[in-house]
Amino acid sequence: MVSELINANPVIYEKKERRVRSVPTAAADEYAVEPIDQQEIFDHIRDIKDPEHPYSLEELKVITEDAIEVDDSRGYIRVTFTPTVEHCSMATVIGLCLRVKLLRSLPSRYKVDIRVAPGSHATEAAVNKQLNDKERVAAALENTNLLDMVDECISPTYE
Amino acid sequence: MAETTELIQHIELYVDTSRSPTEQAASLNSIISLVKSDFLTIEVLVKEMRMYLTTTDNVIRARGILLLAEVLTGLASKPLDNATIHSLIGFFTDRLADWRALRGALVGCLALLRRKVNAGMVSASDGKLVAQSYIESLQVQSLGQHDRKLCFELLECLLERHPNEIASLGETFFYGICQAMDGEKDPHCLMLTFPIVETLVRIYPDPSGSLASFCGDLFELLGSYFPIHFTHLKDEDAEVKRDDLSKALMSAFSSTPLFEPFVIPLLLEKLSSSLPLAKVDSLKYLNHCTAKYGADRMAKHAGAIWISLKDAISNSLEKPDMSFTSEPLYGLGFQENEIATEALMLLQKVTLQNEALFLSLIIQDEGINIVFNSIASHEHYNNIPLQGKQWLHAVGRILYIISKTSMASCNSVFESFFPRLMNTLEISVTNSAGDCTLNENTFPSKKFNFGALYLCVELIAACRDLIMRSKDLAPKPDTPQETCRYMLQSFADSLVNAFSSSLATNANEVAHGADIYFKVKGLQILATFPGDFLPISKFLFANILTILMSIILVDFNKILLWKLVLKALVHIGSFVDVYHESEKALGYMGAVVDKTVSLVSRDDVKMPFSLKLEAASEIGASGRNHMLKIVQGMEEAIVAKLSDYVHGNLKSAEKTIQLLECYCNKILSWINETGGLEEVLLRFVINIWNCVESCKDFSIQVQEEELLDATMMAMKLAIGSCSEESQNIIIHKAYSVISSSISIPFKESLDATSSIQLEELSVSEQIDNSSHRDDQIDKFSLRDEWILSHFASVIIAVRPKAQIVNVKGILHLFMTTVLKGCVPAAQALGSVINKLGTKSNETANSIDCTLEEAVDMIFRTKLWNLNENGVLRTCGSGNGSKVGLTDLCLGFSSNKLLRVHAVVGLAWIGKGLLLLGHEKVKDVTKILLECLLSEGRIRAMELKQGLLENSYEQHSVMRSAADAFHILMSDSEVCLNRKFHAIARPLYKQRFFSTVMPILQSCIIKSDSSVCRSMLFRASAHLISNAPLIVILSEAKKLMPVLLDGLSLLSEDILDKDKLYSLLLVLSGILTDKNGQVAVIENAHILVNCLTRLIDYPHMMFVRETALQCLIATSELPYARIFPMRTQVLQAICKALDDPKRAVRQEAVRCRRAWASIA
Repeated sequence: MVSELINANPVIYEKKERRVRSVPTAAADEYAVEPIDQQEIFDHIRDIKDPEHPYSLEELKVITEDAIEVDDSRGYIRVTFTPTVEHCSMATVIGLCLRVKLLRSLPSRYKVDIRVAPGSHATEAAVNKQLNDKERVAAALENTNLLDMVDECISPTYE
Repeated sequence: MAETTELIQHIELYVDTSRSPTEQAASLNSIISLVKSDFLTIEVLVKEMRMYLTTTDNVIRARGILLLAEVLTGLASKPLDNATIHSLIGFFTDRLADWRALRGALVGCLALLRRKVNAGMVSASDGKLVAQSYIESLQVQSLGQHDRKLCFELLECLLERHPNEIASLGETFFYGICQAMDGEKDPHCLMLTFPIVETLVRIYPDPSGSLASFCGDLFELLGSYFPIHFTHLKDEDAEVKRDDLSKALMSAFSSTPLFEPFVIPLLLEKLSSSLPLAKVDSLKYLNHCTAKYGADRMAKHAGAIWISLKDAISNSLEKPDMSFTSEPLYGLGFQENEIATEALMLLQKVTLQNEALFLSLIIQDEGINIVFNSIASHEHYNNIPLQGKQWLHAVGRILYIISKTSMASCNSVFESFFPRLMNTLEISVTNSAGDCTLNENTFPSKKFNFGALYLCVELIAACRDLIMRSKDLAPKPDTPQETCRYMLQSFADSLVNAFSSSLATNANEVAHGADIYFKVKGLQILATFPGDFLPISKFLFANILTILMSIILVDFNKILLWKLVLKALVHIGSFVDVYHESEKALGYMGAVVDKTVSLVSRDDVKMPFSLKLEAASEIGASGRNHMLKIVQGMEEAIVAKLSDYVHGNLKSAEKTIQLLECYCNKILSWINETGGLEEVLLRFVINIWNCVESCKDFSIQVQEEELLDATMMAMKLAIGSCSEESQNIIIHKAYSVISSSISIPFKESLDATSSIQLEELSVSEQIDNSSHRDDQIDKFSLRDEWILSHFASVIIAVRPKAQIVNVKGILHLFMTTVLKGCVPAAQALGSVINKLGTKSNETANSIDCTLEEAVDMIFRTKLWNLNENGVLRTCGSGNGSKVGLTDLCLGFSSNKLLRVHAVVGLAWIGKGLLLLGHEKVKDVTKILLECLLSEGRIRAMELKQGLLENSYEQHSVMRSAADAFHILMSDSEVCLNRKFHAIARPLYKQRFFSTVMPILQSCIIKSDSSVCRSMLFRASAHLISNAPLIVILSEAKKLMPVLLDGLSLLSEDILDKDKLYSLLLVLSGILTDKNGQVAVIENAHILVNCLTRLIDYPHMMFVRETALQCLIATSELPYARIFPMRTQVLQAICKALDDPKRAVRQEAVRCRRAWASIA
């Protein structure tokens, strides 16, 4: 780990309240389809822990519900996240966490695009390219240190 | 001397600090027992110990003295002579100065001082010496916690035992105590010191003398503890609660009125602090002290208290609860926290104490007057700013509390505020009941001032509550011409008019909930003033009811208004009922109850039927008389609708069902709670029977199964809550109806050999021209079924002691009809058998059938003849071989449907026997099993010969035999339960399960046909899913294969999804249990296979979800067992990630993680 924190004093926001979905009444809706939507994706990733702080990505406003685009019929998802500081070297790690978490939570028919919000990062293009390059993601996950870190970050989402 | 050496050993052991505490305690105990049993006297002990007591070695001396002290503690009840006590207490008193060996001295003093009279007590002069020594030599605050505690205990004991001697010690002792307590911080010690202060104050009772001068000092010491606040919560302090400490301090504060000049300013100061805890505590203390200090002393502080209270009330209001629902609320619906509640309580108390003073303070208060002056601007609830609302609420609550305190305060509050409110509301005095008729033109579209409305309602509510309370206290209150009464009297008419007309006009526009709420509440309060206080005229009361009822009738679309009005009507109703206002009761009956009744029966009112029923049941619940009327109305409606239906008007079925449901759910439960309305229930049942009887000629089809079910349920519930006598009447009635009007005859008295001709079952007639098998059953006339089902429900619901007429005949009748597919008849058979079980031998003589006879009749009697072509004829005609119910089950007839009915009938009879714990249930089980197996053999043979046509129908008999186990094991809603007085042996499920399950398992092993095996699995699945989990867990290992096979079997048919789910729940119960997990290890592979298949069970979401949860639990099994399945599971979960249901997907994500992480 770096000796000095990149963003030593991040702004903490409140968590959004968890919306309880209305439970469909049993018989009538037994076969009705509940499509995967923004909120569901957000629920998957909101609790991912920031790599350098004990806060969730939601609390740091790295991700918001509005920054998720879902097209269920075409199997396409785009998550746009906003690093807390422009030169954040953790951006790629955060992106990797998002990717791994969604990879493990979504059916394989989805294509997931992950990118940093335009203008929010110094090396935006490089980060985007790195995050959406299959080979490089696979290579990163071969690295046990990195994988441990990712696993640690996404473990709160299962609680 | 052996004893002496032994004693020395014990002493040595105790004194030796290197020994363990248990050894020391043991030696102490043995010394005590020596002394107790008189082997040793105290004198000898002291002599033996003299070295230890006087040595210069501090440690040994301390231990020695402690030993002596502990021995004395242990001898608390052994009588000692005065000389011994005198010398001992003298020794310990001396030792108090020995600070190195203090513990022993303290314990010794305590032990001696605490002695009871009969065991010899410390004399008064010795007690005084102890106290003197205490003051001179003890520096309490420099000691450790435990020693301090002992010191305070000693002090407490001294004060308690020798108060006079202590008092004579005077000032020095007093200051000594103060010094000892000063700065104490330990909660345990404080729990002792606070009561010490109380006792101190008590023993210096002279108010003008020394105590008065001490008070300042004493309070300086006490005051610093307020408010009690624990800075750190340690576990060790857990036994002393903050509340206890606070209460102890509170009683110390209020121990003498002399504290008043110190206490009240301190409390008021803390009340103005920002700490909520301090506020609540100050209010509580003030409340407590007010009572103790008395009115005169408190009067000085009245002004200050009032100002603080006003602030506390208005500043402590939290966010308002904006939604005005039909629930009652205080004031404007602001959340009142503890501070506000305490403050209002205090306000009431101080007002009660110094009435005139506080009244003048409040009435002249600027803040309140400002609110009243600004009220004109509070036109609408929505336009009032938040702070305005808070003030309004606070003022409303204050005035409410004040006026509720006493009649005098109520009068003066009314005097000073009521006219102003009336002015703002622009309501003028109307004279007498002259224009009581509603005149809407009086208030033409006038805006009703909300603020004034609210305060006005609070005032009259307070007035009413006050009167109701005084009425409760003294039955005959003298009501002199009170001002508030006079005022209310003069304004009542116009108030009612104003409220009601504005409610009526409001009906057209959208009004805020608050507006409606207070108007309705106002009307309700005015209507519920006791007649002897406020004789509002009959017309006025009727007016209120009329306007409320018209809202009920017309404004059913405005949910809030409608609900509020209904609530108000219910309130008025119960008031009228409880306070026996005869005149009003008449009015209420006419205007409300009768109208509601007519609502239910009439169809021309546009109101939704469900609302009508709601109104009827709510209003009925307001009082006994009202309920009687409503019940009667409903009954008539039900009977009318039923006979309407019976005569061909099929449309009325739906409403009849609603009516019956309302009757079951609301009215019957009310009657059960209230009790004593049995005649109503009886009448209801008899009426239904009359209706059933009257429709002799109905030839139309009763198609509505639901209607039949609903009437049967209502009837069962009604009968179930009747007493035996009424049930007997009902049985007679039902019997007479059934014996006169049913087309199937049944024997009046049956014995096996009698040759009374029975008509042939319609079954047999049909068979010759049989084109459809089903027709045989339908031939059973619908009218007969209708009557018979009702009769069956009577039999199902009666108490065991009720006398059933002609049991044998009835049994016979039911036996016959069971074969026609009449399930209620089967259930009735089960109930009859079950309830015959309690009849002891003496009573058995009075009835015409015992349990044994009945059972015998069911199982032995051959009722039917079998034709050569498998057609059934009832006994008597024809000459084929005779068959009974059991033979039928076992396949003496080739008619499938007949056999299914026989099996279902047998199952219900078996359930009755099973609940009873009768041994015959074994036979039933045997027959059912036989049915399963033999059928399986035949089927297998036919299969070989290629005779199988429609597999589903072919299996129907086996299927029903398997499902019979479900009937046997599950709890039924419709019969044989507690509501219907079934007799149930404890643990009958366990017993049945453990007898039958092994048999089934061995059958499964032996069975060679797949069909047969699958049916056996089905039966086992029923057994497993209905048995208590604890039994399953104990046998989990053996049951696992059966359970899993059952799961895969049940997942094949969509109709079994509920059964599948309940079985799966059993599995998840096993998997979440530790012992259960051990049991499944061996079958892990099959388990996982089965669960992965269930993950995509398409027909029920809960099944998929539970299957995934089970898989998560499975992932905790030993690694070596489950790792081979990992890939398979992960693949299956991948599919579940794309499940249509969100809950399943979420579970899949967790499951995937659980399985992915075992690598």
